[in-house]
Amino acid sequence: MTLPASPELSAPVEPSTTLEVSHLDVAYRVRGKDRLALRDVSFSIGHQESFGLVGESGCGKSTTALAVTRYLPRNGRLSAGSVLVNGQDPAKMDKRALRRFRARTISMVYQEPGRALNPSIRVGRQVAEVYEVGGTKKNEALARAEELLGMVQIADPGRVLRSYPHQLSGGMLQRIMIAMALASQPSLLILDEPTTALDATVEAEVLDLVSSLRQRFQTSVLFISHNLAVIAKMCDRVGVMYAGELVEQGPAQEIFDNPRHPYTVGLLRCVPRGGQRKDHGRLDTIPGFLPGPGEVQVGCIFAKRCALASQRCLEETPPMYDAGAGRTSRCHYHEQAPELPRATPEDVTLRSPDRSGEPVIRLRGVSKTFHTRGEHVRAVVGVDLDLKAGETLGLVGESGSGKTTLARVLLGLSVPDEGSIIELEGSPLAPECAKRDRRQLQAMQIVFQNPDSALNRRHSVRHIITRALKKLAGLSGEACERRLLEIVRSVRMEERHLPLRPYQLSGGLKQRVAIARAFAGAPRVLVCDEPTSALDVSVQAAILNLLADLQSRERVTYVFISHDLGVVRYLSDSIAVLYLGRVMEYGPAETVFSGPHHPYTESLLSAVPSLDGSPRERIRLKGEIPSAAHSPSGCVFHTRCPRRLANGLCDSTEPGLVEVEPGHMLRCHIPVDELRRLQTTEDADLKAGQPKIS
Amino acid sequence: MSEHIDPAAAPVTSRATSDPAGTLTAGAAGALDVSVGRVRREQLHQLVRSKAFIVGSVILLWWIVCAIFGASFAPYNATTANILNTQLAPSAAHWFGTNDVGEDVLSRVIVGARDILEIAPLATLLGTVLGTTIGLAQGYLRGAFDMLVGRIVDAALSLPIVIVAFLFVVAVGASTITLIVVIGFVFSLIIARTVRTAVLQERELDYLAAARLRDESVPHVMFVEILPNVLGPILVEFTVRLGYAIFTIATLSFLGFGVQLPTPDWGADIAINSNYLAAGYWWETLFPALAIASLVIAINLIGDSIEAVLIQ
Repeated sequence: MTLPASPELSAPVEPSTTLEVSHLDVAYRVRGKDRLALRDVSFSIGHQESFGLVGESGCGKSTTALAVTRYLPRNGRLSAGSVLVNGQDPAKMDKRALRRFRARTISMVYQEPGRALNPSIRVGRQVAEVYEVGGTKKNEALARAEELLGMVQIADPGRVLRSYPHQLSGGMLQRIMIAMALASQPSLLILDEPTTALDATVEAEVLDLVSSLRQRFQTSVLFISHNLAVIAKMCDRVGVMYAGELVEQGPAQEIFDNPRHPYTVGLLRCVPRGGQRKDHGRLDTIPGFLPGPGEVQVGCIFAKRCALASQRCLEETPPMYDAGAGRTSRCHYHEQAPELPRATPEDVTLRSPDRSGEPVIRLRGVSKTFHTRGEHVRAVVGVDLDLKAGETLGLVGESGSGKTTLARVLLGLSVPDEGSIIELEGSPLAPECAKRDRRQLQAMQIVFQNPDSALNRRHSVRHIITRALKKLAGLSGEACERRLLEIVRSVRMEERHLPLRPYQLSGGLKQRVAIARAFAGAPRVLVCDEPTSALDVSVQAAILNLLADLQSRERVTYVFISHDLGVVRYLSDSIAVLYLGRVMEYGPAETVFSGPHHPYTESLLSAVPSLDGSPRERIRLKGEIPSAAHSPSGCVFHTRCPRRLANGLCDSTEPGLVEVEPGHMLRCHIPVDELRRLQTTEDADLKAGQPKIS
Repeated sequence: MSEHIDPAAAPVTSRATSDPAGTLTAGAAGALDVSVGRVRREQLHQLVRSKAFIVGSVILLWWIVCAIFGASFAPYNATTANILNTQLAPSAAHWFGTNDVGEDVLSRVIVGARDILEIAPLATLLGTVLGTTIGLAQGYLRGAFDMLVGRIVDAALSLPIVIVAFLFVVAVGASTITLIVVIGFVFSLIIARTVRTAVLQERELDYLAAARLRDESVPHVMFVEILPNVLGPILVEFTVRLGYAIFTIATLSFLGFGVQLPTPDWGADIAINSNYLAAGYWWETLFPALAIASLVIAINLIGDSIEAVLIQ
């Protein structure tokens, strides 16, 4: 679909360029004023090239995609610069040409596959429509739709086509969306956070699919994500965006290994990687906040948060400097960028947990069954765990594995099945929180995933924390006020935040309020249910540092739930891996990560794209987690297990949780030495015969 | 690569001061303080700019002035009969004409605003307070209480409100208090339904789980935690119900169960004067009818514009 390279056509671009964005400014008109959302953005995507845009929320990634497809909202416009797709400018097209352009030349896949399809129309109709627009007859279109779904590795296309979107899983829907996007054989495929709403195991499958289809369809890709590792895996070249500007771009490997803009450097230091742990090496942070649109008129947009900034950065807008090795960087001091001083000192003295003492929390045979419409959903099955004072237990597993249910049972928000035992410092706890006394309630608190839901939006910060102090710590009057200020400072907030309501705070500050509230009663155990998954990486780093500091000071035990294995590894002392409500593996964090692993842990680890370039993609998990209402017989993992024994033992008998090494428990029929041998030899094979990926 | 350097633009004033905590800077603090109360103020601005709201408010304000000070500026005494001037058509002396006993229609319309503007808001307020309490309890407690109240609401709403009010007035006797209580009670059931729906959405949010983990009492959770978050729908429901209350009171007066003659009242006046419609004396019916319509429309305009602003 590229232009023929004939000399008569004086096309402004070479035929090998699919997308050419030059000096693009986009402005949104808000309350009668133009606010620049994109400023001087230039990049190009070559034929069959994959280009990634990465940056934190609000930096203009999606606005760029909307500008390219000419889908800007009514109050937005291109105020300068141009977009050329295959040499054509969508801004100059009339209605018919634009429709043709969107149908043939460009395709887009969005973050929420469930919302991209019409919920009241069968999937088949919607997929066939893509062909019907191109003039294909109805019957033929349906046949081609079936073919198309086969191509994206959907096992039973006929059944899927007859389904409604709500009957299919998120991963399945996203594959359908990708199939639809590629049906018209577009020259440019735009993927806007396509795997952000998916589990890591499903994400890995979808990313594999995109890579293989990209080869087959010879499509250029614009890949938008906030996840640095996903971009590193998927893209040839990368552009880093900050506050509406492209601050650095170049080959993916160069950018991630040897960044030349202070923002990129800072961003990469925020991510826990390479087995970094809380007791050696604190995460770095980026101080300050994203400037509002149009706030910085002159000078470098990052200057206010940059430790390298000088007077020159405030007065002189940096141009795109050539930083060598194909990189360009919008920084006056790009040569010094790798030596950016840390915003948070690295050295840290954390007390390590005392593993010898009596457990703070003891769980024995904890189960939770939900009874709905005649079905018995066994969300948690027979969990035994001990939590020591000051340690962090990481709970990992795909969504639907029972992590959150277990946490809610522990807190008494859900009532466990008969016979479940929960003990706090040796004394049994009532199953329901309403029946626990104040001391017991005070001892266990939670930080929820979404601070918007966890904080009452009509209450001020002062009210929220004071109420917890009154009810949990039993304070009032001056003592309460004194403790309030103490707590607010300990979560690194200030007095001026006290009268504000949650909607006036940024995501990170809201989560700090939630943490302050949880700490108000000086708890012994704190459940953190994905506390950073709604936050940007630079904010996540600050919150993780805060949690580690508070733990070391107050000797609190954490139950830390996260789908991000890097984050879990950073914070946890021990780890429990859950699958369909059962503990599959339990042990010290380092042992669980270094192996030998349970095959399920192994597949979780290999699903996560890594920034360190070490390909761990040994095994891939097929399909999705089965429904807990119909758990498979034998070992619950056998339906997806890549190492299932051929003798049928796994299908028929459920293995017990056995201590295979001191402190390391596995629920697997395969002997631990056999697992170790399998996992290490394959590692060696990979290293030896590995194609050059990095 | 071009550089945009605008010489007119203000230079950046403050340099980043490295915060020991690594998270807060002076610049961000300024941005935060500016946004204090912005959402509320912006909503208020939008409301004041809306034409529907302005028109509705002007009409409502006029009737409130009539209700309070009407007797002092009405051209005639509204209850002074004058058998020499019965059934006069609108003229310079009697703009809206006179009725069958010679009372000035304009004066009766002005003074007649009083009772309706007293009973309707009080009845609606009673209904809102009662309905909010019931709805909060239903939505938060669920279970048997919710089921029971839900069925009672269904049963009560299957009867037209006028019939229910009619039965009560016959049983207890017509008085201002009876009207307020009856209308307030029936409305409370309708309002409870709206509040319950709003509470069910709140119920799923984690701040209520946090309240449970603090062992908060049920009234605290209902009135301090949930109520502030469902005020929007309650406010909208209040204005809608106010319009219906006026309509209901006028209907009851028309049927003879409301305000008693000779106290001026729009509904009662329409009932009496409509007997003379066939004789061509249209003004004594038309003007009180227009008064009722204008008040109901005004309140609906206000309610619609509040809803439009809240729902965005």
